[in-house]
Amino acid sequence: MRLVYIGLLVSAVAASSTTQAQPSILGGTREDFRRYCAGCHGNAGDGQGENADYIDPKPRDFTLATFKCRSTPSGSLPTDDDLYNTVRRGLVNSNMPAWRPLADVQVHQLVEYIKTFSPRWKTEKPGTPISIPPEPAVTTDDILAGRALFQKMECWKCHGPEGRGNGPSASTLTDSKDQPIKPFNFAASSRFKCGSTNEDLYKIFMTGLDGTPMPSFADNFKGDDAWHLVHFLRTLQQEERPEKVVWQQYLSTHQGQLKPIGPDGGGQ
Amino acid sequence: MMRAIGAVVLGAIALAPSAPRTKILAGSVSGTVTFTGTPPKMKPIDMAKEPSCAKQHATPVETETVVAGPNDALGFVVVYVSAGDMGTAATQTVKFDQHGCQYLPHIQAMHTGQPLEITNSDQTSHNIHPLPSKNPEWNKSQPPGAPPIETKYDNAEFIPVKCNVHPWMHGYFAVLNTGHFAVTANDGSYTITGLPPGKYTLTAWQEKFGTQTADITITGSETAKANFVFKATPY
Repeated sequence: MRLVYIGLLVSAVAASSTTQAQPSILGGTREDFRRYCAGCHGNAGDGQGENADYIDPKPRDFTLATFKCRSTPSGSLPTDDDLYNTVRRGLVNSNMPAWRPLADVQVHQLVEYIKTFSPRWKTEKPGTPISIPPEPAVTTDDILAGRALFQKMECWKCHGPEGRGNGPSASTLTDSKDQPIKPFNFAASSRFKCGSTNEDLYKIFMTGLDGTPMPSFADNFKGDDAWHLVHFLRTLQQEERPEKVVWQQYLSTHQGQLKPIGPDGGGQ
Repeated sequence: MMRAIGAVVLGAIALAPSAPRTKILAGSVSGTVTFTGTPPKMKPIDMAKEPSCAKQHATPVETETVVAGPNDALGFVVVYVSAGDMGTAATQTVKFDQHGCQYLPHIQAMHTGQPLEITNSDQTSHNIHPLPSKNPEWNKSQPPGAPPIETKYDNAEFIPVKCNVHPWMHGYFAVLNTGHFAVTANDGSYTITGLPPGKYTLTAWQEKFGTQTADITITGSETAKANFVFKATPY
């Protein structure tokens, strides 16, 4: 640790007045980035680290400033909190772990460092976080409305009629760098790409996962639509959840009355 | 000199009902874009997984990566001024429609900042997913009957567009730093009008075969000629 401080001191002294404020912090952060991040994301932040060839999905290329987990609309830059949360949470079904051992200040500084790789951070501001209305109560009608949306918005084409990630388009999907990518399998995972709460899932519909085939539905969801869909998707998971209890009660008396989801389905 | 005055008088008469313009003397450039060699064979698209689109096409539509017409003509080549007078930014909205699970047109050219309207005429959901490298990347769902997506791009580049639900759908936004551009028709022809006198470099861009350039000079209201020949390779 002492060595690092000496290193910081030297670089701080060496840094001329042209350097931005707090050169010592960035200097130490560069060390952190090289130690914890560069193995996959590369020293240049371009996602071409030495492990990148062996990793699927591929590490994020920070030079594009395109991020999956945001609270901001599709196409806009994420907030610092969004990036901080991604580092802390990790990304499920990928090699990005949850960086719990790092100190808060280290993560905040890494977030600043990540933002040096794309000029977009100099010319654009992060998008305005979407507003999330209060979550309505889970009811049969609400889950049925979510199921109808799952049919109408054609979520099943990628995620499959039962949310198993096996819809007709699933095998053709590629991310923005032309790498094959799998749609989320609701039956096999309890955590979503950007968190595990209902609110995290709500955000995914309304912001999209930029850089992946998952689009934003913000222009087409009204009122509580996204909440209905959240509650329906919860019934596809293995976990025992309140949504599932309500749904199973309904199914016990109405099973035969539901049209199947899929090409000929009506949703309800 | 006489001729120039004549053109001015003629122009003034033609424009009489509208507001007077300062730039009346303008030439044009036209030509055809062709290829030599063997272009790749376009594949018929199987839309069986999307019956609402399949039934809109009496015969299967083909991919549009290389649209070769009669007499070795090349369609969907973007021809634009890459050096010289760049004109002014067009303000009218350009349109890009999803129709029969195809993009109409396959390539939409536009000036940086020009309003772009994306519509879905189909009875199925599409997601519009342009893949820029110099502009922000977004990805939006557009179900049947959804309102148009209104957007613009601020940085010039050729942006591939895809729909993740229907993997055969491919198109381009040609975002240009100039108001002088055209996209070739199926017979390979193009015309760019409104070029003030001066020297120009024209660039022709084809999504598979790259770019070609040609230099022209416009002296008055004449129509200059510039033909482009791409070397086609089957793969």
